[in-house]
Amino acid sequence: MSLNGWFQIALFCAVVVALARPLGGYMSRVFTGERTLLSPVLSPVERGLYRVAGIDAEQEQHWLAYASAMLAFHVLGFLTLYALLRVQALLPFNPDGQAGVAPDLAFNTATSFVTNTNWQSYGGETTLSYLTQMLGLTHQNFLSAATGIALAVALVRGFSRASAKTVGSFWVDLTRTTLYLLLPLCMVLTLFYVWQGIPQTLSGAVEATTLEGAKQTLAVGPVASQVAIKMLGTNGGGFFNANAAHPFENPTALSNFVQMISIFALGAAMTNVFGRMVGDERQGWAILAAMGALFLAGTAIVYWAESAGSPVLNGLGLTGGNMEGKEVRFGILGSSLFAAITTAASCGAVNAMHDSFTALGGMIPLINMELGEIIVGGVGAGLYGILVFVIVTIFVAGLMVGRTPEYLGKKIEGREVKMAMLAILCLPLMMLGFTALATVVAAGLAGPANAGPHGFSEILYAFTSAAANNGSAFGGLTANTTFYNTTLGLGMLFGRFFVIIPALAIAGSLAAKKTVPASAGTFPTHGGLFVGLLVGVILIVGGLTFFPALALGPVVEHLAGGLGQTFPAGG
Amino acid sequence: MLTQLRPVFVLLIALTALTGLAYPLAMTGLAGAIFPAKAAGSLIERDGRIVGSSLIGQSFTGTGYFHGRPSATSAADPADSTKTVPSPYNAANSSGSNLGPTSAVLAERVKGDLDALKAGNPGRPVPVDLVTASGSGLDPDISPDAAQFQVPRVARERGLSEDRVRSLVEAQIQGRLVGILGEPRVNVLALNLALDDLKPR
Repeated sequence: MSLNGWFQIALFCAVVVALARPLGGYMSRVFTGERTLLSPVLSPVERGLYRVAGIDAEQEQHWLAYASAMLAFHVLGFLTLYALLRVQALLPFNPDGQAGVAPDLAFNTATSFVTNTNWQSYGGETTLSYLTQMLGLTHQNFLSAATGIALAVALVRGFSRASAKTVGSFWVDLTRTTLYLLLPLCMVLTLFYVWQGIPQTLSGAVEATTLEGAKQTLAVGPVASQVAIKMLGTNGGGFFNANAAHPFENPTALSNFVQMISIFALGAAMTNVFGRMVGDERQGWAILAAMGALFLAGTAIVYWAESAGSPVLNGLGLTGGNMEGKEVRFGILGSSLFAAITTAASCGAVNAMHDSFTALGGMIPLINMELGEIIVGGVGAGLYGILVFVIVTIFVAGLMVGRTPEYLGKKIEGREVKMAMLAILCLPLMMLGFTALATVVAAGLAGPANAGPHGFSEILYAFTSAAANNGSAFGGLTANTTFYNTTLGLGMLFGRFFVIIPALAIAGSLAAKKTVPASAGTFPTHGGLFVGLLVGVILIVGGLTFFPALALGPVVEHLAGGLGQTFPAGG
Repeated sequence: MLTQLRPVFVLLIALTALTGLAYPLAMTGLAGAIFPAKAAGSLIERDGRIVGSSLIGQSFTGTGYFHGRPSATSAADPADSTKTVPSPYNAANSSGSNLGPTSAVLAERVKGDLDALKAGNPGRPVPVDLVTASGSGLDPDISPDAAQFQVPRVARERGLSEDRVRSLVEAQIQGRLVGILGEPRVNVLALNLALDDLKPR
């Protein structure tokens, strides 16, 4: 650990916080339909889209209609992407002659992108044509991100409205988020990334003759435009197999810094949007503070563990921390910070191989995802995720003093708490249930590349990442098999929609309620006490649920490694 | 029913065309016009042929060159396409080793590399990046320490003075961006090209 390292962490946090308010202001205008700087250009396009689609922009939807619209859109998007993957060999923009994708892998990949998970069972440069990357993946990156934001905005409307039947129009939220927010930012980011060295070309792979006379095939492609949205939309699916560790996806320290910022930027700004829309920005800052506390604690542990290095390798006389699976240009800090960010948000891009992290350094990414990715979180998903925890916190606070819990003037009653618990319980059920299954069937046990506790961690990480819609991996797991493609695909679907639908139900139920004025007995939710209570509830719920599983994986591995014990290859 | 499905179809088609075709194609055109060399992959040409990309590492095994980091990339086995064989710096299939901190395979690999490097340059600690595989398997860089570690061998093989080679390395060190971001590093391909310019093999 070095002073420079801590300074880079501080600089990162400062930039994210500084961007939250201006971005939040712009985003609020977009979601409330006000004029923005880009309106003169984009509003004719927007109106044209509504006219052709037969959408009345003024007509809002009940939460059930909102949910059905979202589901219909996803079903059709999934089918289109599945078909595209299957028949890519027959379509244009395929200079490297990629074949059609097998059914189980196509199911997994389509699910993965539609749910904003972007788990990579596919190998990027070895599996997908340029057309699939653009029309399939880049496009789903936009839409799954826009959907996440739309849903969060609908939930916020639930809090900000009183006695209302509707929570907004899914079509308008989706269109405006894509047109006014994601596309313009991505265009700027793409050019920035190309300037840093990320390729953006439709030509096929380049044949080079190295200085020693060997042939080297350099995979290229329309990379920058996809990297821009993969980070901003917290999607994380790589153009290349090695994701953001690949020098063509992340060539410099500056591109790395901007990618880290863009993972957190919209998620952090959503807390400000929340504050603005409920009429008290302090409410948003309180939530961001709770996120920040959890984030800094996790980052510090990863940085410390990776700087200390693996006891087994240190025993051979190695010094300088754990560099296995890391790139020199990012170093220990750049890789540790990225790992904490990508799993705190539901991004899942990686600039270093998490599988090769030390036991405790790899445990923090696991915990970040197990808590439900509410530390900033996926765009939109992070906000509705943490609001679900807020409801439970308020409920617990209400129980302690024996009052009906209230949040932002809304009485929190049985229905909201039940829905919140349904969303919270869905994740451990998927993560731990499928992990348990995979550790007892032969098809599951064939997956891990490492034996012993690390092999268990590889399986646990895979299902955690899938259900949390993160998409990063302990990459040693051989996941491109029928068993894993199917079970991980199901984990992603349940992990996404069994959080979204309860969240929308809460939105509908809250919107219909009257607002009660704050009184002397109201628990203030913008202060340190509330932030502390929220962090406590998150850690206790997450800690109690996952501690046994973590003890079997990373904790055992840490203790074994300290004794110099090693394990053979698995599988 | 039809009125409810119309937005689904129209928006899916329109937004697909916009974000999946218009956006990447427009960006490809724009990037190619503004940054043509970078958009094509930062390729390096020597005597009319492409020798590599300045961003992608390549395999160096000759004793007269500086070596990059171990690479865990693989390629399909030419004899049996269902299997893979090690193929360091395969830029068509990026990958790390994915070996965990308590992996016996990793410990053995590191021990073997350490012993070989120590034998070639006794009395100097081996820089960690020279015995650990990168995440992409295509890391173009090594740490300044790792470059300096190899100076005696390269100087001997090339028939140059160590001071001459050392100053060549120093000229190739890229520091942190504005002294803050990233880590100091040396691009191995650029260093070896400079070495060839200084004294062709």
